[in-house]
Amino acid sequence: MAEINIKNVAKQFGKTHALHSIDMTIKHQEFVVLLGASGCGKTTLLRIIAGLETATSGEVWIGDKRVDGLAPKDRGIAMVFQNYAVFPHLTVYENIAFGLRMAKLSESEVERRVQRTASLMHIEQLLKRYSGQLSGGQRQRVAVSRALAMEPDVILMDEPLSNLDALLRMEMRAELKSVLAESNTTTIYVTHDQVEAMSMADRIAIMDQGQIVQADSPVEIYRNPAAHFVGSFIGNPPMNFLSANNAGNGQWLVGNTTIAGPQSDKPILEFAIRPEDIRVGEGSMTVEVRLLEPLGSHTLLACRLGDTPFRVIVDSDRAVKVGETLAIDPIAERIRWFDPDTQLAL
Amino acid sequence: MNPRTLPYWLLAPALVFLCVFFLYPFSLVAWQAIATDEGVLTTQYLQRMASHWKFDRALTNTLLLTAAVVPIQLSLALLMATMVSKMNRGRDVVLYIWTIPLGISDLAAGLIWLAIFDQTGFLNSALFGLGMIEQPVTFLGYQNKTTIFVAVMLAEIWRATAIMLVILVAGIGLIPKEYNEAAEVFGAGRWKRFTKVTLPLLKPSLQTALVLRVILAFEVFAVVSALGGTNLPVLMGEVYDWQFKLQDSHIAASYALLILAISIAFTLLIMGLLRTPKGAQTT
Repeated sequence: MAEINIKNVAKQFGKTHALHSIDMTIKHQEFVVLLGASGCGKTTLLRIIAGLETATSGEVWIGDKRVDGLAPKDRGIAMVFQNYAVFPHLTVYENIAFGLRMAKLSESEVERRVQRTASLMHIEQLLKRYSGQLSGGQRQRVAVSRALAMEPDVILMDEPLSNLDALLRMEMRAELKSVLAESNTTTIYVTHDQVEAMSMADRIAIMDQGQIVQADSPVEIYRNPAAHFVGSFIGNPPMNFLSANNAGNGQWLVGNTTIAGPQSDKPILEFAIRPEDIRVGEGSMTVEVRLLEPLGSHTLLACRLGDTPFRVIVDSDRAVKVGETLAIDPIAERIRWFDPDTQLAL
Repeated sequence: MNPRTLPYWLLAPALVFLCVFFLYPFSLVAWQAIATDEGVLTTQYLQRMASHWKFDRALTNTLLLTAAVVPIQLSLALLMATMVSKMNRGRDVVLYIWTIPLGISDLAAGLIWLAIFDQTGFLNSALFGLGMIEQPVTFLGYQNKTTIFVAVMLAEIWRATAIMLVILVAGIGLIPKEYNEAAEVFGAGRWKRFTKVTLPLLKPSLQTALVLRVILAFEVFAVVSALGGTNLPVLMGEVYDWQFKLQDSHIAASYALLILAISIAFTLLIMGLLRTPKGAQTT
């Protein structure tokens, strides 16, 4: 069993707090993505789990073994690095075999595992080449093969696809997901790309300023963001946020419309709705269309509600003109409310 | 100016300079070694050089010195470079201190070590002060060839390790940290990381450092001259003696040519041994 337990892990670099007391449990064979903007601490957390960085305080457990005092090689992990770190002086074969030889496996076992993972990643024909003779995508495959060949309990991936071009990234995303699902490992995957996170993860941990803001399934994170930050970070375009004034009895004044919301004594709450969760052409809210972005499957409207930017997604067949005033109706069960003081969902 | 020919025009001054002040005088020297004053080709000077009683000793001493000094310097430089590159604070200070001997000429270096090993030098005073000897020892006398050899070794190691150190420090700095981290994650301990990752990736720098150092080792002269005088003949010393003491520039030229030949041979050997296979270059 390779359940990972992160207990109260904090990291300081000098006076900067890179991580504030992280607590997290990653289940056996779970695929967890650490998602956040650069500098949020996600890579630091991954490196602490890997043993390449030492936590200032806290504990890391893998299975029933406390590993934060152990060397990386004694933790039962394998890692895929952002720049692949495929050794340039070794052939692809020797790269994949590197960890196996260090573990002193028999030559036949090394051979078997290299062949198996190479064919899994479709690089059998590259085994004799050097890294300098490979494309970025091929190097990526070598790096993944090298990790899989270890048959580790845990695979750590640090932005493994960020150096690939868009098309290749999409292809590798699907491939990695299926390969990792078959390998029965627990995976922690760091990325700043929310599409990657949404499409691959069993669970996403959103990080911001050294803290995990929310850790949930992709759909849950999308539908029910636990904090303003999550709503504004996830989704392209992100959620619309509007200020709502308390009109009493659970009624809230948003723009010029009264909307039913939570019972609260707060004078102001934050009303939030995703751009696609809006019916257009009905309702009593009005927005002014400022810009059209036709994206094929749908059209993105950049609008204004008073002074506040407000985005609406409509079907691309719908004729909309810039400068037009649209009547809109936010779908009631998709509306979310945030406390402006704590930034958390109600 | 035509942009295609521009690079050649820019290179031309340096090329002309090299031809006039290096290639031309060099060909004169080489000619002197293989032709008489009348311009007749001959091997008599090379034969006379090889049959001279000091030739074997000079050649052996030079090769022995190189063989004794360079491996020690290489290991020391690697050790020091690894230490320096692991340091966060004070790295520059340490590097500056270690490279001080680089700024001292080889003759001055020889004299510094002479001041240590001399009959009235530091070492004798210290040993005498500690009561370990009753009268000064002639460490560098003609009957103590081994001591002279060791003294020259020490002086050379002290003086010229830094040149390798600087090259290796720069080389280690060029190796991306991820390679070492990857090796660490995949189970390599410190020693394995050094031998399986750092050393192979350091090949280009090792090549440069070794070639430079070995060529300089074959040209050893002033340090030997200061510490050993005529008791430890070396090839470059013979060039000097034949040219200025024995006034035979043909034989001196023959020695110079021999040193060049050895240098070229060892350069090719080192380049061949530390060759990086095609495609395996650091990217």
